[in-house]
Amino acid sequence: MKLAKFFVHIAFAASTLFVQGVQADTVKMLLVEPNTVASKDYYSAIKNAFEAKNPGVTVQIDYMDDTSYKAKLPTLLQSNSRPDVFFTWTGGVFFEQAKAGILKDISADMNAGWKDTFPEGGVGALNYKGKYYGAPMYAASVVLWYNKKLLAQAKVDPAAIQSWDDFLAAVSKLKAAGITPIVAGGKDKWPLAFYYGFLTTRIAGKEGIANADAGIAGGFDNPDFVRVGSEFKRLVDLQPFQPGFMDTNNNKASGLFGDGKGAFHLMGNWLYGTQKQNSTSGKGIADEDLGFISFPTVAGGKGGANDTFGGINGWLVTKNAAPSTVKWLQFLLSKENQIEGGRQALWLPIVKNSGSGISNPILRQVVGQFDKAGYHQLYLDQALGASVGATLNDVTAEIATGEITPQQAAKRVEEARKMR
Amino acid sequence: MYHDGKLGAILLFLPPSLLLFSLFVVMPIFNAAELSLYKWSGFGEVTDFVGLKNYANLLSHSVFHQSMWNSVKIILASILLQIPLALGLALLIYRKTPTNTLFRLVFLAPYILAEIASGLIWSFIFDGDYGVSAQIASALSIDPFYILADKRFAFLAIITVIVWKYFGFHMMIFIAALQSVPTELIEAAELDGASPRQVVTYVKLPLIAHALKLSVFFAIIGSLQVFDVIIPLTNGGPSNSTHSIVSYLYTFGLTRLNVGYGSAVGVVLFVFCIFTALTYKRIVIREGKTT
Repeated sequence: MKLAKFFVHIAFAASTLFVQGVQADTVKMLLVEPNTVASKDYYSAIKNAFEAKNPGVTVQIDYMDDTSYKAKLPTLLQSNSRPDVFFTWTGGVFFEQAKAGILKDISADMNAGWKDTFPEGGVGALNYKGKYYGAPMYAASVVLWYNKKLLAQAKVDPAAIQSWDDFLAAVSKLKAAGITPIVAGGKDKWPLAFYYGFLTTRIAGKEGIANADAGIAGGFDNPDFVRVGSEFKRLVDLQPFQPGFMDTNNNKASGLFGDGKGAFHLMGNWLYGTQKQNSTSGKGIADEDLGFISFPTVAGGKGGANDTFGGINGWLVTKNAAPSTVKWLQFLLSKENQIEGGRQALWLPIVKNSGSGISNPILRQVVGQFDKAGYHQLYLDQALGASVGATLNDVTAEIATGEITPQQAAKRVEEARKMR
Repeated sequence: MYHDGKLGAILLFLPPSLLLFSLFVVMPIFNAAELSLYKWSGFGEVTDFVGLKNYANLLSHSVFHQSMWNSVKIILASILLQIPLALGLALLIYRKTPTNTLFRLVFLAPYILAEIASGLIWSFIFDGDYGVSAQIASALSIDPFYILADKRFAFLAIITVIVWKYFGFHMMIFIAALQSVPTELIEAAELDGASPRQVVTYVKLPLIAHALKLSVFFAIIGSLQVFDVIIPLTNGGPSNSTHSIVSYLYTFGLTRLNVGYGSAVGVVLFVFCIFTALTYKRIVIREGKTT
C-alpha cells in the first residue's frame, strides 16, 4: 500500500540522519513548522549563538507541518532516529508518551534550580506522576478577537459584551447589518471546537471537566455537557459563520479575518501575527482597528469568569538524548532569549519576568489575562487525549453543520471516553 | 521431478524474492492481524488484549459504513465513467500521428502529477473565496459556491478529480492494445462494408478485451486504495462524509493513536481486496479465456 511505502521512506530518511547524528554531540530538535518566517529566523539566531558558545556541539533544527507532525511522531519516537528534543502541546498525548517510557526524566536538572525560573502552572504541565520530562516555553491564550471598524458599522460596543447572551445579541446585530459576524476555520474542526471548549470551561468548569474525564456523574454525557452543545447550537442557529466555512482551513480563516471579511474570530493570541501574514495585502488589520475581549461568561456556569483557555507549549526530552540537550534547552529558555521572543511578538514567553520584552500593547493585554485567571484550561483535544479530543472536534463540526443534536454530541463524546 | 535444470533455477531465483516478499508483504499483514486484536496507542509495549472488540467497534461505526460506501462509489465511477472515457479517447487518438502524440501527452499529464499536488490544485479550483470557482461566480455575478464544504457535492467533486486524474492511465493501456490490433482485420471489415461503429464493436473491442479486463481490475484495486487525493481536498470532511477506507484508517487509526483499531481496518481492507481480486479473476478473466 502507498501509505506503508510512505512510512518506510520516512523511516529510511530518518535513519540516515541518525547515522550522521551519533558522530558528534548533535542535538536534534524537531518542531512544528512555524506560522511566521520570523520564528524560523529566531531559532537559527539562537542556534548560532549556542554553537558559538559551545564549540563541538551542533544543533540541528527540523521542521514538519502541523498535521504530519502529529501523525508521524508516534512512529518516529519509537525508532532509533528519534529527535533529542521535540515540541509538545502537553496534555494527554504527553502522558501517553511518558507512560510508554520513551521520554527522559530530567527532574534532577529541574530540581537543581531550573524549575524556579518558570511559574508553577507552566512547568507543572510537563510533569507526569511527579517527574519532569521537559520544560515549558510559552502559553497560548484563546480570546475573542474583533475588527473595530466592522463592529462600529453595526453599532456594536465590544466593551458591553459580558455574557454569552450579549455576544449572541451582537452576532444578530452584525448579521442584520449585512456583516459576516464570525470567521471560522471549520475544515480543521479544532477552530470550531474552541467554542465548545471555552463553553465547557465556563459551564462545567475545572472540576466538571476533571470529573467527566474520570467518568464521574455520566462522564461527558451529563446535563452540563448537553448545555455546552445547546449553547453552541444557539450560536450556530444564527448562521454566524462566513459562507463555505466548512471548506475553510485555519490559515485561510485568519487571512479572511485579516481581510476584514468577518467581525469576530475566536482564536489564540498568535492570530495577531497570522491575520497579517495570511491576508491578501500581507498587512491585515491595523493595530488600532484590532481588539479583543475575553470569552463571555455563561449564566449559571460553574467555571470562573476569568479562567483562560489555551495551551502550554514546550519541549520534551527523549530517552538517550544527546548529552548537551538539556544545556541547549536551558539556553533556549533563558530569560534573555525568551524576552527576545516576546519582543519579536513570536509568542507569550512563560519564563518568569520575561514578559517585559513584549512591546506590543495588544499582546501585553493578553498576558495580563493570565494574572487575573484562577485557572488555565488546556485545549480539550490535548487535555483529554487523541481519541476523545478528536471526537470532540468532530461533534462540534457536526453541530455546526446541523447534523446532530447536543444530546447526541454528548453521547458520542462519552462513548469515545469509554472506548479510550 | 525437475530434470532440465529447472530445480537449480528455482533454488537460485526463488529465495531472494520470497525473502523480500515475506519480509515486506506477508509479515506486516500478519503483524497487522495480530495488532488488530489489541488496544494500542502506538507508544510502548503491546499488552492490552481486547479480542475482537476493534472489529465490533468498526462494524458499528457509521463513519466506517460511509467510507465503505464511498469506496464502492469510487469503484462504480471508475468503471462506468472513467473507463468509457478512456476508451473513447483511446479510439480517437491511438494512431501514431504527431497531433495524437500531443493529445496523448495532454491527457496523460494528470496521471503524471503527484496525487497531493493535484489535490491541492483542485482545492484551489474549488475554493469559493479566492479560487477559480470564486472568479467564475463573480463573472456570472452569482453568489460564490463552496463545493467542498457542502455534504451533497463534496464527494462528487472528489470523484471528478479521481476520474480526471486516472483516466489517462487507462487510456494508455487501451492505446497500446489498439495499436496491436492487426490492420488487415480492420481493412477486411471495411472492405466488407462495415461502418466505423461496426469496426469498433465487432473488431477492435473484442480484440482488446484482455486490456479492458485488466483495466477494470486496476480500477477496482486502485479505487479501494484512494487516499492522497482526499486528504488535501476535504481531509474526509465535511462531517467525515468523504472518507475512503484508507483515509478512514489514517484518520481514525493513526492520528487518533488507535493503532490496534487502524490495524483492524487494514485487515478488513486486505480481505476485501483479496476477495475482489480472486472473484474477479475467477469470473471475468478465466471466462474470457474459454470463449
